[in-house]
Amino acid sequence: MTQPKEIFVLTDRCVGCRTCTIACAVAHSTSKTLFGAVAETPRPKSRIYVEWAAPAHKVPMVCRHCEDAPCMHACISGAIRRTDDGVVITDTDKCIGCWTCVMVCPYGMIGRDLERHKAYRCDRCPDRDIPACVAACPTGALVYQTVPAYAADVRRHASGEMVKGKGS
Amino acid sequence: MAVTDDILEKSIDPTVHQMLARARELGLETVWDRYEKMLPECGFGELGVCCRNCNMGPCRISPFEDQGPQRGICGATADIIVARNLIRMIAGGAAAHSDHGRDLAHTLLLTAEGKGGGYEIKDEAKLATLAKEYGIATENRTKEEIALDLAKAVYAEFGRQEGFVQFTRRAPAKRVAQWQKMGIDPRGIDREIVEIMHRTHIGVDNDPVNLILQGLKASIADGWGGSMIATEISDVLFGTPTPVRSVANLGVLKADEVNIVAHGHEPVLSEMILAAAADPELVAKAKSLGAKGINVVGMCCTGNEIIMRHGIPLAGNFLQQELAVITGAVEAMIVDVQCIMPSLGSLCECFHTRFISTSYKAKFPGAIHIQFNEEKALDIAKQIVKVAVENYPRRVQDKVCIPDEKTECMVGFSTEAVIKALGGTLDPLLEAIKSGAVRGIAGVVGCNNPKIKHDHGHVALVRELIKNNVLVVTTGCNAIACAKVGLMLPEAAADAGEGLRGVCQALGVPPVLHMGSCVDISRILATCAAVANALGVDISDLPVAGAAPEWMSEKAVSIGAYVVSSGIFTVLGTVPPVLGGPVVTDVLTRGAEDVVGAVFAVETDPVKGAALMIAHIDKKRAALGI
Repeated sequence: MTQPKEIFVLTDRCVGCRTCTIACAVAHSTSKTLFGAVAETPRPKSRIYVEWAAPAHKVPMVCRHCEDAPCMHACISGAIRRTDDGVVITDTDKCIGCWTCVMVCPYGMIGRDLERHKAYRCDRCPDRDIPACVAACPTGALVYQTVPAYAADVRRHASGEMVKGKGS
Repeated sequence: MAVTDDILEKSIDPTVHQMLARARELGLETVWDRYEKMLPECGFGELGVCCRNCNMGPCRISPFEDQGPQRGICGATADIIVARNLIRMIAGGAAAHSDHGRDLAHTLLLTAEGKGGGYEIKDEAKLATLAKEYGIATENRTKEEIALDLAKAVYAEFGRQEGFVQFTRRAPAKRVAQWQKMGIDPRGIDREIVEIMHRTHIGVDNDPVNLILQGLKASIADGWGGSMIATEISDVLFGTPTPVRSVANLGVLKADEVNIVAHGHEPVLSEMILAAAADPELVAKAKSLGAKGINVVGMCCTGNEIIMRHGIPLAGNFLQQELAVITGAVEAMIVDVQCIMPSLGSLCECFHTRFISTSYKAKFPGAIHIQFNEEKALDIAKQIVKVAVENYPRRVQDKVCIPDEKTECMVGFSTEAVIKALGGTLDPLLEAIKSGAVRGIAGVVGCNNPKIKHDHGHVALVRELIKNNVLVVTTGCNAIACAKVGLMLPEAAADAGEGLRGVCQALGVPPVLHMGSCVDISRILATCAAVANALGVDISDLPVAGAAPEWMSEKAVSIGAYVVSSGIFTVLGTVPPVLGGPVVTDVLTRGAEDVVGAVFAVETDPVKGAALMIAHIDKKRAALGI
């Protein structure tokens, strides 16, 4: 079984420019262009958020698509399901707007679309090879990678850190 | 060297293809590589909704409701921020053009006082015309006496506090009355620029429309002030351009001569570099070092200034400056101010090329600085040329790769030259416009921008216009693009529609007229004013339109603003950073019609841009009943 890719965040890389939020909204617009998107009604919405972890960190927050997704278990109308690619999505036709998913999501990743009366969330950009937020990040703070590959990168870095200062 | 598909996509110019392939082979970075690394560009910046004018911020307004802040920390809305940013761009552009004009006024003053180190007054007829405009007595006075009064008078325009800028009165009376009614008749040049900086400070002007009006006011002080002074005083000192033949593109560099690229803007420096390069001692020195001579070529607007007055070959436009160095055949890249990439320093270090800065206002990493001084102009110019000549033996032949391409062109159509070509009066042109042989006139100007396939925006738009019998007048990087593809030859009339072709063939002129550098857009304004005055109408009534297909600089923003303020519909080929402000966007594309009788349009497709201009021209023709 192939390993699905996830969006990882390098928290020391984010400069808080919010380019990811713009790219996300544009990717979820009708026109798919920035200049078109700002003229659309209703305005397209971003599914990624940039939070300030005081005092020094800016952190892009995006749906973790949890394996044991609390939102999926809690959804009373069965609107939330996992696709074959492992992506947790909300079927807007089934969503009744009860906001139970909002209550149970530990990351606060569910948004409320006031025009459509539906919940919305990251869908990992099904039409794109690389999610729009990852492609747009100018500092490389967002990484689209499989868990083993990402973990291997972390291990390589950590092993270097462990031996640093011990001499050869 | 492999010219790959992605290289072909970057430009329509074969010299660019060849030099980009060469750059790749040598592992050198160019503006196109840096552009690609910058992508995606910041969306807040693209929309104009970021503000750094105070340190409560930086602030940026989210373009998407419910997704982040809708007001800056001070309370500024997106429209307030967009308008402030836009007019700060106008301030930057108007300052650049006007400081160029100020330098010419300074040179005229020194020359009149007998302190100009090599300059002289070459066009006495123009001196007399300008003196008359300023009410300066000319009878029984030497040209130096007249020039001294004129220099002081134009110098005073910059610091003028009240009244008006003299050259604005060249505009039709109706236009001036409209400016006065709207409160946008500039009181001086520097004052309007300074007022923009004041109004955009935290907590001053927070009305988007009021802000834009001040932007228009400063831009008029540029087009009909600083830029026009730059043009007119350059003509007095160096001669008013007349049609001259030359060649353009990187193929003007020579394999067996000392190549000097004069790059930047002000003719004050380049005129003296030309004089120094003709110095017999320096030519002899070049020959003693194995070169056949000294070959000065121009780049960007410096290139426009010297090609139109002396027929000096033009190496290329803005996006070709790095490529000239990559030929490996340039002994010195001599620069003054504006549109000079700071990347040239590290690039020149990869070759033997000396990168020489000359203005205390413009220093660059990796450059040798030789301070230019008008009072010792020729001596310093000789010193600079000597550095180039002595550098010739360091040229590495294995690294030399000069493209073959160069194209003939006929340039130097100042307003005076246009009238002369018409037989001394505007009447033949007016008749041709009335008969419809010439459908209208388009001013096509502006920069290069890697967002647009290099020169494609310029050339495709101009070709479409002439095909539809629209006479094109051009300056700046558009002029260079047109010269390189042969549109500035009388033979190019074959590409024009039947009516325009006939007019061009009868007069022996190209369908695309070179009017000079970017400050010389003032020549286009003066020509439009002369046509409007001859017909007894306002400029906004004329079948004319403007375009900046590949614009990028703040100067271009000021140009666009003063062209529209002059009553000329203008098409922009790259999107200005204003779309985050719906009110500002509406004012620029619709509301301005009621204020100045013209608006902006944005169209990134050059053929569609031309169609917008032609539709506008037809609308104006219908209104005039012709």
